[in-house]
Amino acid sequence: MGMTLAQAILSKKVGRPVSEGEIVLVDLDFMMGQDGTSPLAIKVFKEMGGKKVFDPSKIALVIDHSSPSPNHGVSQLHDMMRKFARETGVILYDIGDGVCHQLLPEMGHVVPGDVVIGADSHTCTYGALGAFATGVGSTDLAAAMISGKTWFKVPETIKIILNGNLPKGVFSKDIFLEIARRLTADGATYKALEYHGSTISELSMDARFTIANMAIEVGAKVGLFLPDDVSISYARSHSKRNFVPVFPDKDAVYENEVEIDVNKLTPLVAAPHTVDNVKPLEELEGTPIQQAFIGTCTNGRLEDLEIAARILAGKKINPDTRLIIAPASKKVLKEAVKSGIFEVLLDAGAVFVTPGCGACVGTHNGVPADGENVISTANRNFKGRMGNPNAFIYLASPATVAASALEGKIADPRKYIS
Amino acid sequence: MELKGKAHKFGDDINTDYIISGRYKFKTLDMNELAKHIMEDLDPDFYSKLNPGDFIVAGKNFGCGSSREQAPLAIKHANVSAVIAKSFARIFFRNSVNVGLMLIEADTDLIDDGDELVILPKEGLIKNVTKGIDIPFKPLPDFMIKILSDGGLVEHFKKHGGYSF
Ligand code: SF4
Repeated sequence: MGMTLAQAILSKKVGRPVSEGEIVLVDLDFMMGQDGTSPLAIKVFKEMGGKKVFDPSKIALVIDHSSPSPNHGVSQLHDMMRKFARETGVILYDIGDGVCHQLLPEMGHVVPGDVVIGADSHTCTYGALGAFATGVGSTDLAAAMISGKTWFKVPETIKIILNGNLPKGVFSKDIFLEIARRLTADGATYKALEYHGSTISELSMDARFTIANMAIEVGAKVGLFLPDDVSISYARSHSKRNFVPVFPDKDAVYENEVEIDVNKLTPLVAAPHTVDNVKPLEELEGTPIQQAFIGTCTNGRLEDLEIAARILAGKKINPDTRLIIAPASKKVLKEAVKSGIFEVLLDAGAVFVTPGCGACVGTHNGVPADGENVISTANRNFKGRMGNPNAFIYLASPATVAASALEGKIADPRKYIS
Repeated sequence: MELKGKAHKFGDDINTDYIISGRYKFKTLDMNELAKHIMEDLDPDFYSKLNPGDFIVAGKNFGCGSSREQAPLAIKHANVSAVIAKSFARIFFRNSVNVGLMLIEADTDLIDDGDELVILPKEGLIKNVTKGIDIPFKPLPDFMIKILSDGGLVEHFKKHGGYSF
């Protein structure tokens, strides 16, 4: 019986064929914590008797969630991370460097075939590179920093087949919203997703990161793309590490298959307060929007800013709407400045905040008021997510968010794309 | 061993933002302080209604959302003895095992808010005393019982110097 990609990667690490449902202890290639989870990991590391980390070059701590610090309490936690990094030699990404899930691939820490954990649920983002990468908690991270290992239950896999070409005004975000609509918020719990189909070769690395990033929104452990020219050349140009890509067997057995005819997709929006509450944009068109947000580990990359700039070039956003942009990393910001995208967006009325998580998680940088509607490129619209349980969050592609900022209400991006 | 307490019932898809809001997570590492705010966005008085040993009972996909370990830790520090749900989100599941919070997957349609429950973890049985019915559940895998009985992953590491199963 053939192996799925998740099985093949774990088997290679363990050094023998592993079967689904089995619990395996695996050596890790890289691990990460952010400022919401690292302080607890450091505390637990010490409680466990940790003196030094197993390999400082394989661990990164990222200050991205509340960055720069909005208050005294957070400042103390950041201080704790910086001290730990100095003491142990682990890699530290400090304020303004960017969102953890942009930094790990961008800085070459992840390559195809890797097994990676991060104390952050969207660690599954690196599945775009064909790496088995998944989110864990702080205690898992602490145990991994000491031992270099963690345990996994070998997941079953749902095969997702994407066929056809993306229509005008429809983007990778819309592909995932369609997946969320079909699978629902817990449709893939404990499972792996594996992407196949003719659409994939036309998707850039940025577009694939968007899709892999949201695997957790249907409960999945990982969202894996098969390595191809696009991902292998991305890894080669960003990382100095040698790697051998891993592939699934032709006769792999999947728990389920979902086929999506991408030709037929239209812009989609996830309405409050769950990610799977997905509706065709037409149903929500005209909903007034007080705040639009472009950023996050889902859609804060250069391609996303470029799409927004194409729609907003030479125009002004609606005076009753705020547009906040948080580039996913310093590198993304620099490239946006260099290419002129930054100025186009500023001129249109956008406000830029520090590269990092920005308003996504509700600690600062754009907390909405009571009763306000927000349209965001993020991956979550839970009640209170952006810091106010009395606000309403709609999730959409960068194009839909930009068009909505322009009109001050949920708007169809297809009007603005030629 | 048996666990006794009252059921506090919630619905499906209770995410970690509901369990403990990010507003508090970033403020402190003091779990007893965080414990006072659990479920606050769903029920502002929740903490004051809890008695030590009570159970949180929910539908499917409990603990979905972020990987914040503060969620199971805050529940544990609120003296909730177990969470019973139809299913759990995977990171929440690992985190709970790691911090030593017991999770039970069972048919919670048979439990209403306020029901008195007795749980027999080894036997895989929930006795709903109020309703006079028994609800069976699948016992936990061995390695989890090992970590839970060591008192969580910290104690497990202290005792064995690393993973041991
Ligand atoms: S951008 Fe948002 S979803 Fe992504 S890591 Fe930061 S807080 Fe989490």
